[in-house]
Amino acid sequence: MGKRLALTGDMAAAESMRQINPDVVAAYPITPQTEIMMTFSQFVADGLVDTELVRVDSEHSAMSACVGSAAAGARTMTATAANGLALMHEVVYIAASTRLPIVMPVVNRALSAPINIHCDHSDTMAERDSGWIQIFSQDPQEVYDHILLALKLSEHPDVLLPTMVNQDGFITSHGVEPVEILDDSVVKTWIGDYKPKHTLLDFENPITVGPLDLYDYYFEHKRQQVDAIDNAFKIYPQVAKELSKLTKREYPMIEQYNIEKADHVIVTMASAAGTTRYVVDQLTEKGEKVGLLKIRLFRPFPADQIVNILKGKKSVAVLDRSASFGSFPPLAEEIRNALYDEKTKPPVYSFVFGLGGRDLLPSHVEHVFKGLAKGSFNTKTIEYLGVR
Amino acid sequence: MAFILKELLDKPEKLTSGHRLCPGCGAPILAKWIMMATDFPLVVANATGCLEVSTTIYPYTAWNTPWIHNAFENAAATIAGVESAYKSLSRQGKIKKKVKFIAFGGDGGTYDIGIQALSGALERGHDMVYICYDNEGYMNTGAQRSGATPKGASTTTEPAGKVSYGKKMRHKDLTAIAAAHHIPYAAQAALSNWQDLMKKAKKAIEVDGPAFLNILSPCVRFWRIPDDQTIEISKLAVETNFWPLFEIDNGKWILNYKPRERKPIMDWIKVQGRYKHLLQEKNKPVIEEIQKEIDEYFHWLEKRCSD
Repeated sequence: MGKRLALTGDMAAAESMRQINPDVVAAYPITPQTEIMMTFSQFVADGLVDTELVRVDSEHSAMSACVGSAAAGARTMTATAANGLALMHEVVYIAASTRLPIVMPVVNRALSAPINIHCDHSDTMAERDSGWIQIFSQDPQEVYDHILLALKLSEHPDVLLPTMVNQDGFITSHGVEPVEILDDSVVKTWIGDYKPKHTLLDFENPITVGPLDLYDYYFEHKRQQVDAIDNAFKIYPQVAKELSKLTKREYPMIEQYNIEKADHVIVTMASAAGTTRYVVDQLTEKGEKVGLLKIRLFRPFPADQIVNILKGKKSVAVLDRSASFGSFPPLAEEIRNALYDEKTKPPVYSFVFGLGGRDLLPSHVEHVFKGLAKGSFNTKTIEYLGVR
Repeated sequence: MAFILKELLDKPEKLTSGHRLCPGCGAPILAKWIMMATDFPLVVANATGCLEVSTTIYPYTAWNTPWIHNAFENAAATIAGVESAYKSLSRQGKIKKKVKFIAFGGDGGTYDIGIQALSGALERGHDMVYICYDNEGYMNTGAQRSGATPKGASTTTEPAGKVSYGKKMRHKDLTAIAAAHHIPYAAQAALSNWQDLMKKAKKAIEVDGPAFLNILSPCVRFWRIPDDQTIEISKLAVETNFWPLFEIDNGKWILNYKPRERKPIMDWIKVQGRYKHLLQEKNKPVIEEIQKEIDEYFHWLEKRCSD
């Protein structure tokens, strides 16, 4: 009946990888992902997994080897962060376009320059149009759960797309928290064997993977890819429900906290949701009508659900942990876009916080809620929380 | 053991006709031959380049064996991934067959942009052979300069002009670089010496561990040569010592062929349009320099092979 362990986010990721027992992991160490790879390497060294671990020369080679491995029919994983993700960028697109269900924990860290090893979401946001499914985790428990969920979602024949499971660098990756782990056998039975229809090791039916595809077919193939990621909207709830039965925890695409009675709502992702929740509790006690909407599934973006929740609110603040230079940050853009067609819609205020690992303090969140209540923000500008 | 042409022709082709490479292109000739040198089932990875784009224009494919193209610089990492999948699945008893793995890349994808992935794959010891079809430039995109372009050749990014004789630098010795990874087998071959090429291909494919083959692959289009001269030009490359045939077999350097009488490099230069500016009087010193470098390299190679 499972067990409860004290794990960091990185160790939780490695633990779920051990239970998945992928056929191949090709990875390159990078702070703050390194603990995932080191922990998993020890599992390999101790014979706890059947995995062929490929210690590649770079993240570019990591994702390249993953594409080869997954196309050969092996259950394949990797993990990365920041500049590593940026280096694999080219092949990140290829993995999705080749419809390979690779699962990749991403430990979010600021992109250079200047070089910085701490958390923000600039790395994963640069991949939001790559065709990968993107899930954000608030804490080590969610890291563990989401990786299992991601594997099953990615491998579903109606989806067949890779998934990034994001966690906040250091804040989550290096913070120890209690994590409930399922029995190995429960995970094994639930994920089942990976049996792809077409592989490079089927010599009876030799296939050509990655042909030249010009203006006469490329567009149709991209259209199919759009349908595939849209299918995730249908498959995600089924997979989440299955996993919930095993873990007794819920995994809605978006998570509502104190929303029903709230006039003012903060929308955010990952560990910032924890801080926001704490402030929501405090302010609610004081009789203020505030709530939190946490986005778990960022790609595909569950806009319809979000609209239904936000459309009747008095005001909405979106807290982004990355900037989009020259425009509004990614999550704020998504929320505004989602609400555009509504006749009555709340003003949406955009906030950027935590770049390069700057703490998001409860006082920052309080400042946002208070300003929302007073109507002291401007929808045309971006506010920066905690910047000097 | 010699290969018998008649027997080879009875083998099923893994690269079939109907592809769209230029008449006289060296790449499909060597790819087809190499895959005939073994009876093992083969999975092929192909770097972006002529061989890739011209053989797999969707919805067609000329490959009658499992094949994957990923990107330009990562054929070695891609085939390493395929081989790792195979290794894992075999170990778990999920696949029984003995399979071998080949990556094909042009010189751009191998000498230049793909050298890191190649180096990593060779060092990690995957059971694979990486084959560079070296046509001495980015020929797929119109003859841009590469690290394999020889000194004095005119390319579209380092062209001959009023104050330039084309490429200033020598091409790098990639075969020696590959051998420096202490892999079981590395060799250099040419289409003109096909028995030698086939023997090397068989050895490279069937050896346990990583192997590397560097094969000169004339480009009729951008070397500016007639399309029936591919083999003749290859022969000149060997007879002038421009492209010596050698192998490094478990660390032992072996010279496979020494011309009875080394032909002057001018014989190789004068028949190719990409060198035609070198025939001007003012570029005579360049040819002399090229000759000197070739002779010095061959001397070094002979010494290396007599150890």
